Amino acid sequence: MDILPILSTLRRHKITALLVILEIALTCAIVCNAVFLISQRIDRIHMPSGIAEHELLHIELANIGAKADEKARTAADMAAIRQIPGVTAVAAVEQVPFGNSSNNSGIKIDPKQNKSTLNATNYFGENVAETLGVQLVAGRFLQSDEYVDLEDAIKAFAAGESNSKALPHSVVITQAMAERLWPGQQALGKQLYMGSELPLTVVGLMKTLVRPSIWDDSAAQYSMVIPIRVNSGQYVIRTAPQDRDRVLKTALEKLKLINPNRVVLKKRTWDEVREKFFQNDRAMTGLLVGVCIALLVVTALGIVGLGSFWVAQRRRQIGVRRALGATRRHILHYFQTENFLLATIGIAIGMVLAYGINLFLMTHYELPRLPAIYFPVGAVLLWLIGQAAVLGPAMRAAAVPPVVATRSV
Amino acid sequence: MFSYYLQLGLRSLRRNPLLTALMVMAIGFGVAASMITYSVFRAVSGNPIPEKSEQLFIPQVDSWGPKYNLTGNEPPYALNYVDAMALMREHKAKRQTMLYPIGMSALPLGGQSIPFTVQGFTAQSDFFAMFDVPFLYGSAWGTAEDEQRAAVVVISRKLNDKLFGGANSLGREITLSGHNYRVVGVTENWNPKPRFFAVWGGSSFGEPSDIYIPISRALDLKIDTAGNNSCRGRIDYGDWDGWLQSNCVWVTPWVQLDSAAEVAQYRQFLEGYASDQQRAGRYGWAPNVRLRNVMQWLDYMQVVPQESSVSLLVALGFFAICLINTIGLLLAKFLRRASEIGVRRALGASRREIYMQYLIEAGSVGLAGGFLGLLLTALGISGVGLLFQPQIARLAHLDVALVGLTLLVSVFATVVAALYPTWRAAQVQPAWQLKSN
Repeated sequence: MDILPILSTLRRHKITALLVILEIALTCAIVCNAVFLISQRIDRIHMPSGIAEHELLHIELANIGAKADEKARTAADMAAIRQIPGVTAVAAVEQVPFGNSSNNSGIKIDPKQNKSTLNATNYFGENVAETLGVQLVAGRFLQSDEYVDLEDAIKAFAAGESNSKALPHSVVITQAMAERLWPGQQALGKQLYMGSELPLTVVGLMKTLVRPSIWDDSAAQYSMVIPIRVNSGQYVIRTAPQDRDRVLKTALEKLKLINPNRVVLKKRTWDEVREKFFQNDRAMTGLLVGVCIALLVVTALGIVGLGSFWVAQRRRQIGVRRALGATRRHILHYFQTENFLLATIGIAIGMVLAYGINLFLMTHYELPRLPAIYFPVGAVLLWLIGQAAVLGPAMRAAAVPPVVATRSV
Repeated sequence: MFSYYLQLGLRSLRRNPLLTALMVMAIGFGVAASMITYSVFRAVSGNPIPEKSEQLFIPQVDSWGPKYNLTGNEPPYALNYVDAMALMREHKAKRQTMLYPIGMSALPLGGQSIPFTVQGFTAQSDFFAMFDVPFLYGSAWGTAEDEQRAAVVVISRKLNDKLFGGANSLGREITLSGHNYRVVGVTENWNPKPRFFAVWGGSSFGEPSDIYIPISRALDLKIDTAGNNSCRGRIDYGDWDGWLQSNCVWVTPWVQLDSAAEVAQYRQFLEGYASDQQRAGRYGWAPNVRLRNVMQWLDYMQVVPQESSVSLLVALGFFAICLINTIGLLLAKFLRRASEIGVRRALGASRREIYMQYLIEAGSVGLAGGFLGLLLTALGISGVGLLFQPQIARLAHLDVALVGLTLLVSVFATVVAALYPTWRAAQVQPAWQLKSN
């Protein structure tokens, strides 16, 4: 196909050509970045939690008025929950994965370090890791003789007795955290320090266990399980997926029976916990998908509109070409090539723009760099859309009979 | 002439229904996407207290030191107990309040029904005047009550409705977490958005507060914060006093400073306070203080959710593409009528009149697009809840200003987009057109 005559025609229709190019360029730039944003969000929404999400329930209660004997109350609550048919495990905890409220500590590998190596979250509660269904990859989970009561630990810590029996001495951490603390080394048996004072020996490594609240996605899996018993009115219950609704209902009834003067702050399955946690990400994804589709449709319609206008304008020219021996196929190819040329220029400009927008987003919204794969994929997509959009007008052009050339309008 | 041109315009729109529909849809979708995202953005980025945002300041004092500070050696977001009490005692600003969020349980009057949770803030008497809190009954408590550590409470209209059926409850007692408080005031519904005074430690777009009690009373009763606390160094969880003395920040201070001189004076006071602490050995570092006003604080705390600004940008980009599209389509539409323009010009119409006619035609396209946009915006806003968190979605609403803006933007943008096509139309040479026919 000879493109020189096409170029010379386009030079006579600079503005219309420019509009098509501009539209394709902007669409390319925005769609590339939007799709990238979408993929980022989707990755986030599917962030692994490391727990048996479809088997878990979360209940949080708040006491009213004076505090009773919390320890006895917790024991009674747990015993009642355990009796419910279908419950396989229950744990009293102070925070839960994706729960948003969290207790975190600066971790050092040397007590004399000035700044902490990293910040990790503290999971307390007897059997919390086992109840959550966390996968162990090395070492062991915590044993019941290692657990201490939170109140005793606080007292011993305040008194500065770092070797006290009332303080925890072991910890189970995630692989991600171990790798960050001791890159490439065996973490089992090593000591880490909470702050500068409390040494803990690593006895187990978990595959993953996500934090309750995530500020920095790269630190999302920095979690520790520490052998401390808590009585804070929060329970995690494990049961079969199909039993969840019934168990939750029964558990709430039983807890109400034990002490009616409590407010239920939370009662939910982990599907709900995750849904709530990633609500913003889902919102963004939905919005961006909608805008991308709308954008592509508008661009395609724009090409159809301008293409039709061009064909109508050049009916005589087409008629003359046909009269001079051009076949329908020639005319069809002419318009397709023209669109391909415009799309190519548009895509080239669009790539530069896409890169620019990505740089802007990187500086203002801490986004990573756009992967190179987006450029060829975006180009092919826009070429296809351009060709599909121009097909209709081009077919109409090809249908112009040669006799048009002989008619004076 | 205007109505005649409008008629011509509408007739021409009918002549090419497909092209017209394309343009109207492009403008409608573009403007609707922009307006929906803008309505959310407007709600989250607005000035919550426009009359006083320049006079209200949040002092920050570095109590953590360079070893623990936030990036850029920024001091902590709030004050620890010791510094908060010191600033409170000094009372160097005309008005000031120390506050922190609390959650309590309230007992309904009379019956034996179940207690429910209420949330609110501890405050000082100036809180209400500083933040222009409107009152339904009564007023704020006075400085005397602050000093006497009195058991008084200001409740919201909503809580008043719930507890007292909306009756004037001044002087009545309510029970909060086992202690009695006398109601001295009932506020009107009041919940600035974002809730600038509790950005850290509270929720920027949360439910309105139910209660406010004097901070002195709350500290006497050892009521802990229901919001954030952030600790550095050695923490003493042993008892209440140990916790108060730990290096944990959780009290938010606000001061009202009416003039630049007062601001300078207060900044000086803060630096003086910090260097006193350095001399006394409490701080091992040079004074590092901040004094930000409301908008600076909201900006620093990045209250506008990232989602909101990114989606607004994306929507504006979409709108730009829709407008480019419109330029192309208008060009096609106008130039198709070159011979008609030629005839009009030959019959004596001036260029000015051609401009008028075609801009009005474009304006009517814009108006039609605007109405479609309005419809889609209304639909979109009612569906915002599907996308954004409920507390943010609730903020987006269609009001007169937004309706006006939607129509204005679509007409204006379309007319701007029509400038080039119209110019081309006005350039049509009458003689040439007549000849070729």
